[in-house]
Amino acid sequence: MAPILDIKNLYKNYGQVEILKDINVSIDSGDFLVLVGPSGCGKSTLLNCIAGLEPISGGSLHIDGQNMTDVSPKDRDIAMVFQSYALYPTMSVAKNITFGMKVRGVDAATQDSKLKQVAQQLQIEQLLSRRPGQLSGGQRQRVAMGRALVRDPKLFLFDEPLSNLDAKLRVEMRTEIKELHQRLGASMVYVTHDQIEAMTLATKIVVMKGGVIQQIGSPAEIYNRPANLFVADFMGNPAMNLIPAKAKANGEGTKIEITRKDGAPIILTDAKNRNLPEDVIIGVRPEDIAEPDFRASQDAQQAECRVDIVEPAGADTFVVMQMGGKQVTARLHAETSAKPGQMQRLAFDLGKVSYFAPDSGQRLN
Amino acid sequence: MTDLAMSTARGQSRIGKVALRWLLYIALGLFALYYLMPLFVMITTSLKSLEEIRTGDLISLPREVTFDAWKTAWATACTGIQCEGVRPFFWNSVLIAVPAVMISTLIGALNGYVVAQWQFRGSNLFFAALLFGCFIPFQVVLLPMARVLGLMGVAGTIPGLIFVHVIYGLGFTTLFFRNYYVSIPSELTKAAKVDGAGFFRIFWSIFLPLSLPIIVVTVIWQFTQIWNDFLFGVSFSQAGTQPITVALNNIVNSTTGVKEYNVDMATAIIAALPTLLVYVVAGKYFIRGLTAGSVKG
Repeated sequence: MAPILDIKNLYKNYGQVEILKDINVSIDSGDFLVLVGPSGCGKSTLLNCIAGLEPISGGSLHIDGQNMTDVSPKDRDIAMVFQSYALYPTMSVAKNITFGMKVRGVDAATQDSKLKQVAQQLQIEQLLSRRPGQLSGGQRQRVAMGRALVRDPKLFLFDEPLSNLDAKLRVEMRTEIKELHQRLGASMVYVTHDQIEAMTLATKIVVMKGGVIQQIGSPAEIYNRPANLFVADFMGNPAMNLIPAKAKANGEGTKIEITRKDGAPIILTDAKNRNLPEDVIIGVRPEDIAEPDFRASQDAQQAECRVDIVEPAGADTFVVMQMGGKQVTARLHAETSAKPGQMQRLAFDLGKVSYFAPDSGQRLN
Repeated sequence: MTDLAMSTARGQSRIGKVALRWLLYIALGLFALYYLMPLFVMITTSLKSLEEIRTGDLISLPREVTFDAWKTAWATACTGIQCEGVRPFFWNSVLIAVPAVMISTLIGALNGYVVAQWQFRGSNLFFAALLFGCFIPFQVVLLPMARVLGLMGVAGTIPGLIFVHVIYGLGFTTLFFRNYYVSIPSELTKAAKVDGAGFFRIFWSIFLPLSLPIIVVTVIWQFTQIWNDFLFGVSFSQAGTQPITVALNNIVNSTTGVKEYNVDMATAIIAALPTLLVYVVAGKYFIRGLTAGSVKG
């Protein structure tokens, strides 16, 4: 089966400025693709290119096997939900939802039955006669989704749809979007700068920076095996600890030495990874540093560490330490005995660490 | 003791506030009176007989109210050799102003929509050029315009005058609509495009219904400009197509013998009435429309 969306060598320039460089992405039917990156990374531009709202400067774009590179948005069989919702202010909710069908000359009876179906699905039946100005943010969001759903398109496009909602509502709507995706089995492309949204929603994530794709993969791949320092730092909260270290091969594996300003260096032995250059940056997720009795793994290596700060966060307690000149965060369990200023024995799970080259930032293992 | 002192102080400051407020009202009232004075003189004079004007005081109320001057002004006053009052000219002005206002407003709305929402290569330059047109003095375009009207074969006709006013108004109407539409998020246009609507459909179904305040502003502005225009009216008209401002001038300036002040005043009021009416009816939208966009959530 042809991929539902296939982008090849896509370039986008504004005058002399290259916004998107050599973008290659393809997703299968039913995939939930999330484009994630900091502001200005080109993710929204890419979405607009997929929608046909921005012409592309080079490359090709196929939707369900058809070349859509130069096709206007209305003929791409897509629906889009915008950050500002973009509801038509002078039309009622019902008219907002049916506007697309009306423009396309769908007969009134079909419009009506589809409207009813979507309104029921999103539980907005009681809002149909209201104007967008009379709705709350969450309700507007639902109407905007309704306008997309009613079209039953090949591809749904979402442009940061949750960023105007308050934190609680955002989490609720996130779950709802995920549920919708599972129920409909529809193909979706979703833009966000929120890496948690990306992790929770996606079946496939594209991490972008400066108009260049940094990594494409499943949420687990992106999280566990980031392709470079940028991805490692961007995905995950608290961020992955990136600690400069020296690597030295010996008989049992590779000896990793992390300097400390107040004491002897931490020395860990990685039995799996060999052939590392001397200077590396070791990336450890906060949850991969734990007290020896917890989350013990066979690849764990223990070390005594001086705790600087203890931050209880309810379910977990974060402790902050200094290693290799960097602040290092560990995610300990809630009832930890760690106290600021005291030594604490911690286990580093070397089975899950990443190594990066300090100069290129690329992944080494 | 201190309490007393304080309350007196507070009392004094309260009295001071009230006095200040009254002073303000009195000053404002005086200004208003000063501004209304000419209107008062015009109305009272137009209701007096010539006899009374000659013998009476300029600002006294008419002893005997008579509408003769109004009748004369409307139907029989002489503008040069013709003595039909301002009635035919009044209708000329209506025939010029109404289509010119409608056409220039509609084109301005379309222009503003394009410049604000459908940016194309050079659209900013295009808008700047239009804006430049707002600042060209009328006198500069008289000769070229006369030549153009001649080439078009509409010199001296009402369609010719409509054309002139539409062209000259486009700069302002485009500016008004552009500034209004620029505050409407471009995502609205994008959403409509994805929904399958085209250029005119989006304009008609989404932008025009949003535009009432700015339409009112533009209509008032254009109507006032076109109705009150004298220079184009006197330059590009001929007998039979002259607007009311030209007739007013002719009545006032070309009478011989006794100056009929009451007729002059009545004519002037008739000439000013439509713009006054438009402002009274739509004035509150005018203020609202001028500040719209800045306060829209």
